[in-house]
Amino acid sequence: MSAARVGVVTFPGTLDDQDAARAVRHAGGEAVPLWHADPDLKGVDAVFLPGGFSYGDYLRCGAISRFAPLMEELIPAARAGLPVLGTCNGFQILCEAHLLPGALMRNASLHYICRDQGVVVENTATPWTADFTEGQRIVLPIKHGEGRYVADEATLAALEANGQVVFRYVGNPNGSLNDIAGIRNEAGNIVGLMPHPEHAVEDLTGAPSTDGRGFFTSILKKLVNA
Amino acid sequence: MNLDTVKRAADTPGERQPYAELGMKRDEYDRVREILGRRPTSSELAIYSVMWSEHCSYKSSKVHLRQFGTKAPKSDALLVGMGENAGVVDVGDGWAATFKIESHNHPSYVEPHQGAATGVGGIVRDIMSMGARPIAVMDSLRFGGADQPDTRRVLPGVVEGISHYGNCLGLPNIGGEVVFDPCYIGNPLVNALCVGLLRKDQIKLATAPGPGNKVVLFGALTGPDGIGGASVLASATFEDESQAKRPSVQVGDPFMEKLLIECCLELYQADVVVGIQDLGAAGVSCATTELAAKGTGGMDVQLDLVPLRDPSLRPEEILMSESQERMMAVVTPDDIDAFMAICTKWDIPATVIGEVTDTGRLVMTWHGETIVDIPPGTAADEGPVYERPFAEPAGQAALNAASAAELPRPEDLRATLLQLFGSPNLASKEWVTSQYDRYVRGNTVLAQPADAGVLRISEAMPGAEETTRGIALATDGNGRYARLDPYAGAQLALSEAYRNVAVTGATPLAVTNCLNFGSPEDPEVMWQFAEAVRGLADACKILGVPVTGGNVSFYNQTGSTAIHPTPVVGVLGVIDDVAKRVRSGFTGEGDRVVLLGETREELSGSEWAHVAHGHLGGLPPVADLEAERALALVLTEAASRGLLTGSHDLSDGGLAVALAEACLARGVGCAVSLPGDDAFVDLFSESAARALVTVRPEAFDALAELCAAHEVPCYGLGGTGGGTLAVEGVLEIPVAELREVHEGALPAVFG
Repeated sequence: MSAARVGVVTFPGTLDDQDAARAVRHAGGEAVPLWHADPDLKGVDAVFLPGGFSYGDYLRCGAISRFAPLMEELIPAARAGLPVLGTCNGFQILCEAHLLPGALMRNASLHYICRDQGVVVENTATPWTADFTEGQRIVLPIKHGEGRYVADEATLAALEANGQVVFRYVGNPNGSLNDIAGIRNEAGNIVGLMPHPEHAVEDLTGAPSTDGRGFFTSILKKLVNA
Repeated sequence: MNLDTVKRAADTPGERQPYAELGMKRDEYDRVREILGRRPTSSELAIYSVMWSEHCSYKSSKVHLRQFGTKAPKSDALLVGMGENAGVVDVGDGWAATFKIESHNHPSYVEPHQGAATGVGGIVRDIMSMGARPIAVMDSLRFGGADQPDTRRVLPGVVEGISHYGNCLGLPNIGGEVVFDPCYIGNPLVNALCVGLLRKDQIKLATAPGPGNKVVLFGALTGPDGIGGASVLASATFEDESQAKRPSVQVGDPFMEKLLIECCLELYQADVVVGIQDLGAAGVSCATTELAAKGTGGMDVQLDLVPLRDPSLRPEEILMSESQERMMAVVTPDDIDAFMAICTKWDIPATVIGEVTDTGRLVMTWHGETIVDIPPGTAADEGPVYERPFAEPAGQAALNAASAAELPRPEDLRATLLQLFGSPNLASKEWVTSQYDRYVRGNTVLAQPADAGVLRISEAMPGAEETTRGIALATDGNGRYARLDPYAGAQLALSEAYRNVAVTGATPLAVTNCLNFGSPEDPEVMWQFAEAVRGLADACKILGVPVTGGNVSFYNQTGSTAIHPTPVVGVLGVIDDVAKRVRSGFTGEGDRVVLLGETREELSGSEWAHVAHGHLGGLPPVADLEAERALALVLTEAASRGLLTGSHDLSDGGLAVALAEACLARGVGCAVSLPGDDAFVDLFSESAARALVTVRPEAFDALAELCAAHEVPCYGLGGTGGGTLAVEGVLEIPVAELREVHEGALPAVFG
């Protein structure tokens, strides 16, 4: 049986693509590089939109990336059920592309913040979080200047009612509404979060936690069993 | 509007030229006339004035810096030494590391955010131009007193500039320093270090060989950045609208720099680069003269082909512009299409602006007319060299006589420790470091607040051998020590950085330095400089670590008051198996706490004297380099044998502060007793060549034997565990209280 293939997207200014690919490989999957200018998903089984400063965060974080040629393929595929995970800038891009509701604004402190952050898993009904248990407390690094999640009241209420809040911060670092660290779409195949699971998969490097592994084992099990 | 061509210069020998406004002395200007056999054109004057500036020519420091070569220890690891964009050292298994530290002090005072940001950008391009992938940065920062109002303007701006540029560039920030002292209030020090990795066979040099090869300018467009001097020149020569106010501080675009990094790496991978140089200070002037001087010797450049962000720029301004994110490459005609295709892929503007010749002349034209025709070596390498007079400062002997031994000592050592631990220099720097991404690229093994940053190196470049190795990096400096004795102060800076690398288990290999001083025209400052260089060169020889490059920053003074002489030293080390790196501080309960090294009564220049008494006098701790070397041997061997569970170096604040920091690493306390009979000296003396380590109890004998073999004093102080820092019969402080004092200090000042 060939390994599950997870696409890792590189936009100009993407920074965590190498880390995302490594995390996929460590979990036993095949990481397939996807290039922003190439409208070809290469038949991957899932897509990881990593963090960084795509297009320098000019205009608004993620605002330019959503128009990349690759996104013309990715957006309909995601709507049709392709599992997609966006972390940090990837989350911002998913919001800008309207694959996820709401927006990410400047941190309340007005400072960029890099720290190891406690996060509670609120929802495991996604292909990216199935290996966690609901209510499980994990540690993942955050590193962002614009991670304050906002949405209008109706959207927030719907997210809460539908179980679409996937992660909540323990000790809100950035002023996000309802302590939201990550959400999913209604169908559950698209997940976006500000923390970085790909920086918490090895003992030697990255955050003093390997809790990020759960994302990658979840998706690979899902793909292998599909 | 007249274009000042070579022909016009020959025809108008008497025309007055603004050499003085450009910072040139009369005799320097006369020498240019002598070299050229005529007056320089305004473009040529622009080139010579920037290339012969202190910053580019090292004219006041050169005669001293030579010692780094003449006294250099023999080192098989050194692949590229001083004189290139950055030094390169062999780190084994086919890998090489290149690293360098550079100052951006003055721009960071004028405009803290952009000044500090472009400091990072500049040093990263130096590393790229060696053929390497930049893999991490660190910053050594010094500000005025934390409570001085201007520090609240400068520090947040500097930190934000480094944060924005470095984070956006995708380089982990793995360490450095933040120091406060009123002497830096008008002259903050912003020293940025970058380290890169490359395959040993991929080293690139700044050279333009091969007549017919193309000269390509690529990266950002050229705009009117950092060319205050050129405006003077333009206004003296021309009557046109381009004299509008120009910003004198450059503005950085980290997004462009990230694209440049990936583009350069792909160019190297495709092997389509013959020579390469980054554009930093002196921009096109520096790149063209240095490339030509180190290559076949000649170059023709059509300056009007330089792509401009502002089309009104005059040739003199283009030559002096310090626009960021630009590189210059020499490419064979056969490879030029492949080169351009890679630049297009990364959306990097690239333009052929000239070609290599064998004429021995750098010739530049502007729309067909010759405006520069010079032997490039005369600008790049043959600048003026000064033997500046130096003399010991008038008050030096009195300063050295005022020892801290005379100061009243505290009764309450608990209160003293808390006072020091919450003082700005010893407090947690998390307010600063939490604004830096330390994880990006996924190879960070140790970062702040560890003593040194440690990186895994196996995944940096395609095509290189797999390796278990890692590299460690630390920077240190102590302006107070150097003020008391610049010779010893420079040695102590090296000692501390060397020790910080060794406590992680890595073997120190090579040195970079950033020498921050006042005006070289002041003989007392020049004495400090001469002593510091002599001390550092002597110490490098004894420790067996060569200087591979660095930077001198003079004129760090306000009026006639210079900063403390501040040599900042960076040390790079290698660890054979990075999985055996030693973590910082107390990592678990039930370990033995061991002090390595000899404690003397050395309190002059200490943090205690500074914080408790505002005192600076006496002589700094002895720089015992043989002891330092022996300590490093013990630390690295103990690490490779897996004896150590944690470590921490002893420096500012002595054993007391080291114990407190070790407790905070994981919230593990300790119970210890002191080896000497004077608790105050044991706790607060700053003797060098000391470290704190922890071992499992069963490993203590092996460590003690190792110490005996290397004649390193070794004292079992006690054990780890519990929730307090307890020093028997002296003090007991809950770890939570230590944390509150330590972590609350900077947020209380900076918000």
